Amino acid sequence: MATQHSRSAARIMISPAVLLLLGWMIVPLALTIYFSLLRYNLLMPGTERFVGLLNYRLFFNNPAFITALVNTLVLVGGVLLITVIGGVLLAILLDQPIWGQGIVRILVIAPFFVMPTVSALVWKNMFMNPVSGLFAEFSKAVGLQPFDFLTHAPLASIIGIVAWQWLPFATLILLTAIQSLDSEQMEAAEMDGATALQRFWYITLPHLSRAITVVILIQTIFLLSVFAEILVTTNGGPGVASTNLTYLVYVRSLLNFDVGGGSAGGVVAIILANIVAIFLMRMIGKNLDA
Amino acid sequence: MARAVSTRRKIGFTIAAWAVGLAIFFPILWTILTSFKTEAEAISSPPSFLFFDWTLENYTTVQERSNYFRHFWNSVVISLGSTLLGLLIAIPAAWSMAFVPGKRTKDVLMWMLSTKMLPPVGVLIPIYLIFRDVGLLDTKTGLVIVLTLINLPIIVWMLYTYFKEIPGEILEAARMDGASLRNEIIHVLTPMAVPGIASTLLLNVILAWNEAFWTLNLTAAKSAPLTAFIASYSSPEGLFYAKLSAASTMAIAPILILGWFSQKQLVRGLTFGAVK
Amino acid sequence: MGRITLDKVTKRFGDVEVIPPLDLTIEDGEFVVFVGPSGCGKSTLLRLIAGLEDVSSGEIRIDGQPATDLPPAKRGLAMVFQSYALYPHMSVRKNIAFPMKMAGVPQEEQNRRIESAAAALNLTDYLDRRPGQLSGGQRQRVAIGRAIVREPAAFLFDEPLSNLDAALRVGMRLEISELHNRLATTMIYVTHDQVEAMTMADKIVVLRAGHIEQVGSPLELYRNPRNLFVAGFIGSPKMNFANGGAASEHDAATIGIRPEHITVSADSGTWRGKVGVAEHLGSDTFFHVHDTGLAETVTVRADGEVGLRHGDTVFLTPQADKIHRFDDKGLRIQ
Repeated sequence: MATQHSRSAARIMISPAVLLLLGWMIVPLALTIYFSLLRYNLLMPGTERFVGLLNYRLFFNNPAFITALVNTLVLVGGVLLITVIGGVLLAILLDQPIWGQGIVRILVIAPFFVMPTVSALVWKNMFMNPVSGLFAEFSKAVGLQPFDFLTHAPLASIIGIVAWQWLPFATLILLTAIQSLDSEQMEAAEMDGATALQRFWYITLPHLSRAITVVILIQTIFLLSVFAEILVTTNGGPGVASTNLTYLVYVRSLLNFDVGGGSAGGVVAIILANIVAIFLMRMIGKNLDA
Repeated sequence: MARAVSTRRKIGFTIAAWAVGLAIFFPILWTILTSFKTEAEAISSPPSFLFFDWTLENYTTVQERSNYFRHFWNSVVISLGSTLLGLLIAIPAAWSMAFVPGKRTKDVLMWMLSTKMLPPVGVLIPIYLIFRDVGLLDTKTGLVIVLTLINLPIIVWMLYTYFKEIPGEILEAARMDGASLRNEIIHVLTPMAVPGIASTLLLNVILAWNEAFWTLNLTAAKSAPLTAFIASYSSPEGLFYAKLSAASTMAIAPILILGWFSQKQLVRGLTFGAVK
Repeated sequence: MGRITLDKVTKRFGDVEVIPPLDLTIEDGEFVVFVGPSGCGKSTLLRLIAGLEDVSSGEIRIDGQPATDLPPAKRGLAMVFQSYALYPHMSVRKNIAFPMKMAGVPQEEQNRRIESAAAALNLTDYLDRRPGQLSGGQRQRVAIGRAIVREPAAFLFDEPLSNLDAALRVGMRLEISELHNRLATTMIYVTHDQVEAMTMADKIVVLRAGHIEQVGSPLELYRNPRNLFVAGFIGSPKMNFANGGAASEHDAATIGIRPEHITVSADSGTWRGKVGVAEHLGSDTFFHVHDTGLAETVTVRADGEVGLRHGDTVFLTPQADKIHRFDDKGLRIQ
């Protein structure tokens, strides 16, 4: 539905965006793959040489890698579990007739706008600190021994912090989805004699399934790359107890200057993200046709 | 049809919702309150909630000791700069895809999206090395470039979904009325898309402001935006709660306010139109 | 001036040929209606003339000048769209002024033309409103006003009335006809509604699948439809068709007779049948007659006061000189 003239104009107008993204994607990606096949350490310049898949073998044989991989999956899974279940419940609660709904909504959404470094530091110092954190104060008040969250449960603590940041996202999207549910459908189900629980199970939940899938996929993309929260709370420790793949690559390449090994980790991270991305893209693509 | 809801039910839900809402918001509230305490009160046991000597001292100290406003300014420049640059590149691209769709438009859109799914850590090393070699490390320009590129897919997508809602006939009418392509975009499309462009801008400022992977890895003292500046508080464990709170409050306040305005757009922008 | 010539114009979308080679001349000052069922290519044809689509081959001339490769703005045509396509962020005045602003018409001249267009279209009181604050009919008039001020060589209308309710449609139909009488400018009007075509056109172009089936004045098409398609498309209610025995009596493969050319009688006539549904309009009554042996249902127009009921037996007699005969290819037999 256009003329030759407008089609050529369109090609010109789209090209800056396409070329920039193409450059942004191809160049570093190719370099990462290339580096991953080299022995390349920034502390030993001039000693680069081709080593094939050695970096991958070293990376996979490193026990830290397995830990990081498991941590990554536990982190993603844990946060997803909390945010999806919490998000569904919160969305249903906020969909009820309540006074001051707008304000409550704002309160719930707020954590999403807090920058990751701030939320990590606030939780670390003012809540989880075993001496002066609020949780410690609370433990003391009820006569319990304060718990050192970041030392004894570092990964769980980080999951908690990240879940707090992402719960608003899940809630907001699920709330939007709930509000698009045709109220006549609910009324029809009520007329048909469905109890509140049955209505939730047979109508609300299926209606939400699509939104839940979107939440899971999008959060997964972001959660695979959690970084700042680990950097400012535990530095991946103690040991590698809270190191995820992203953080491991950071340590390898920018702290240990092992570019080759870091790049191999980067390639693994890309493959991991792509597995999720394929599903997400398929969903969004379907929506594009509709 | 709204139904009459029994007042008792409404009271119950209201209490529950407010309780949950306040619990979720509490860490932010606590940070704001702590920022007005003295350091001693901030770690006092038991903690004082509202009844303490309110002081603004922390805010002035943060600025004096660490040149807070330079980092604040860095954040402003980086987030606004990358968003405006992104819009400049994305508006023509979104126009093309929304109004002159071709056989490959869908593929291009999906491909753009796929670049967003690239984990940053997968390209960190080459970008770091390239930036080091061309002198872009720890510069605002460098960060503007990176943040423009990582948010470009979202900007294009959001604009595309907004432009799609503008009927093509109106642009054709402008063409019939003698408008050149430039006039068509400036006088007809852009004014009609102002709400969409504004929400795109808002969401992307928020995302860029809070971006904490590239900002942490590509900056040092000079060009560090607030994300990186705040991270520097992590080293001396828990000694300066009040000052940390003051710095944090200033860092999140502008975005919190902007964010509340953009709730609706947030859903659309972050789900790429998959949930409306 | 506004003489538009299409010379072997074709349009393909990919492998699909939407418009096979087509020749057509529209004379200056004519009101031409393109009519046909949806998907017949009438809107595409209009957009080719407007320049909103490229022709795949062939040539378009406006007043003898080649216009095939001109962008829409340079063709000197104005278009009124189905959705009106008003600029929602501009007042009515700015909407009407927009084409003049783009053409660089001096401000005073702009004002003069806006005032006169507004007066002619009853829009004077609404000039400072936004399109969103206007009714459908008013929006339609703004769209027309925006077209008028350009003083175009020809007006193009793309189903302009289809978004209006029935009563407004009749009113706007008259207004557009009056506008044509006053301006005497070429108008090309696309519709799927044969009533609009019949009531407004100087010349009707009936299209099917991109082909021109017939071109002619409304009465020519009514009296002498060239084939079965035109016969069935023009006229309301539709012409009755019969095959088989009744047709071969007239040496034809198919015969057609319009409902208004059949006489109804309670006791004698050529064909016998049973009354099904009777639609009483007051002025007329339409009977749907079954079991005539001609076709499933034969529609007949009778006087408003004819008192036949459901189930009654009736006799139908066609007016002999009004029977249309068609051969086995569906073409009219003269």
